[in-house]
Amino acid sequence: MHELAIISGVVDMVVERTAGRRVATVHLQVGQLSGVVADAMLFCFEIATAGTALDGATLQIDPVPGRAACRTCGQDFGVDDLILLCPCGSADVRITAGRELLVTAVEVEAKSCA
Amino acid sequence: MCLTCGCGDEENVRVTTIDRPAGLDPAESGPAATAAPAQHHDHHHPHQHNHHHDRGPGSDQDQHARLHHPADLERIELGVSLLAKNDHLAEHNRNWLAGHNIVAVNLMSSPGSGKTSLLERTITEHAQFDHAGWSEVCVIEGDQETVFDAERIRRAGARAVQVNTGAGCHLDAPMVQRAIEMLDPRPGALLFVENVGNLVCPALFDIGERAKVVVISVTEGDDKPLKYPQMFSAADLVVINKTDLLPYVDFDLERFAEQSRSLNPGVSIIALSVRDGTNMTAWYEWLSRR
Ligand SMILES: Nc1nc2c(ncn2[C@@H]2O[C@H](COP(=O)(O)OP(=O)(O)OP(=O)(O)O)[C@@H](O)[C@H]2O)c(=O)[nH]1
Ligand SMILES: [Mg+2]
Ligand SMILES: [Zn+2]
Repeated sequence: MHELAIISGVVDMVVERTAGRRVATVHLQVGQLSGVVADAMLFCFEIATAGTALDGATLQIDPVPGRAACRTCGQDFGVDDLILLCPCGSADVRITAGRELLVTAVEVEAKSCA
Repeated sequence: MCLTCGCGDEENVRVTTIDRPAGLDPAESGPAATAAPAQHHDHHHPHQHNHHHDRGPGSDQDQHARLHHPADLERIELGVSLLAKNDHLAEHNRNWLAGHNIVAVNLMSSPGSGKTSLLERTITEHAQFDHAGWSEVCVIEGDQETVFDAERIRRAGARAVQVNTGAGCHLDAPMVQRAIEMLDPRPGALLFVENVGNLVCPALFDIGERAKVVVISVTEGDDKPLKYPQMFSAADLVVINKTDLLPYVDFDLERFAEQSRSLNPGVSIIALSVRDGTNMTAWYEWLSRR
């Protein structure tokens, strides 16, 4: 439900950083534990970009699976929710991946300078 | 406007003052004054070229170029958080609040858990219990519509401003910044922000608060932590309200605490009843340690 607000912020930021150049692709990294739903962002993207330099651009979302590390036994394991529990039974667990919310890069039209 | 989620535009946000001391110009205080100059400090611009598009944006030719000549594209690495804009302003709010020795507490819950009731009772009786010596207790109320809650706070004896988010489902840092400017809390104040009733969206938005509190009432069921993990894993404190109703519902306090700690091992949990006052002192103690 918050994805439009987030995407609108991204559009503003990209417009600012690309100085109004036409943007073809926006690359995001969205962790699967981040609480942000990729599909909802894809849906909102067209609405959020209408009439901006990103109009018609593609949104490329790179999902990052959740991973955690156990402080008790040292093992590194995959997680698909925020429950902090190691297979060894320890709850002294640190999330090491999956919370990413990043605009990694944009592709803009090459400058056609004379 | 997003058709699935119904989130609104910023233009639809209204900030209403319910009570503000006369003669204070909010534009001269508030975090905005310090926010403006620093706003662009970490921004860099990827290129210095001036150039012109001789085609209108979105023209057929333009689309054609984009679809068939990917080699003409230039990749710019950014590595910026999706929440950068919000987080940046949240940091300004946090700095401004810290500079004025103000403790801000963000209250989040589903609608009707008793956030406003908890604040009303706190405003009325905190002075008897807490020893933190707040210069005042004041409130920023967030709701999609109406100024009902701000009016309740005002009747309880504290100053409040109401933020109406329209279709928006959470408060964000810019809204809170505007509200702080208007409210202009006294140095040394305890500032509550009652977020929009929603267990999902507010969890993601830093507003510059010192602590996040989730309020849940026993009538909502003890399975909420696992159903709304983002919210419970972000919380500093979980308040379980309406314990006076425990005899009538099958809310298992132990099960609830276990689920909360499986997401957030260090979280504090206080079970209380705003209605009959049970365990309110634990809440005041927690507040005075902020
Ligand atoms: N039995 C009981 N009822 C309570 C308690 N605390 C609040 N209520 C009732 O719960 C209802 C909702 O309370 P509010 O304080 O308006 O809840 P809220 O979280 O501010 O609601 P929204 O702002 O609409 O999200 C009211 O009818 C309160 O009287 C409590 O400790 N026990
Ligand atoms: Mg309320
Ligand atoms: Zn382990």
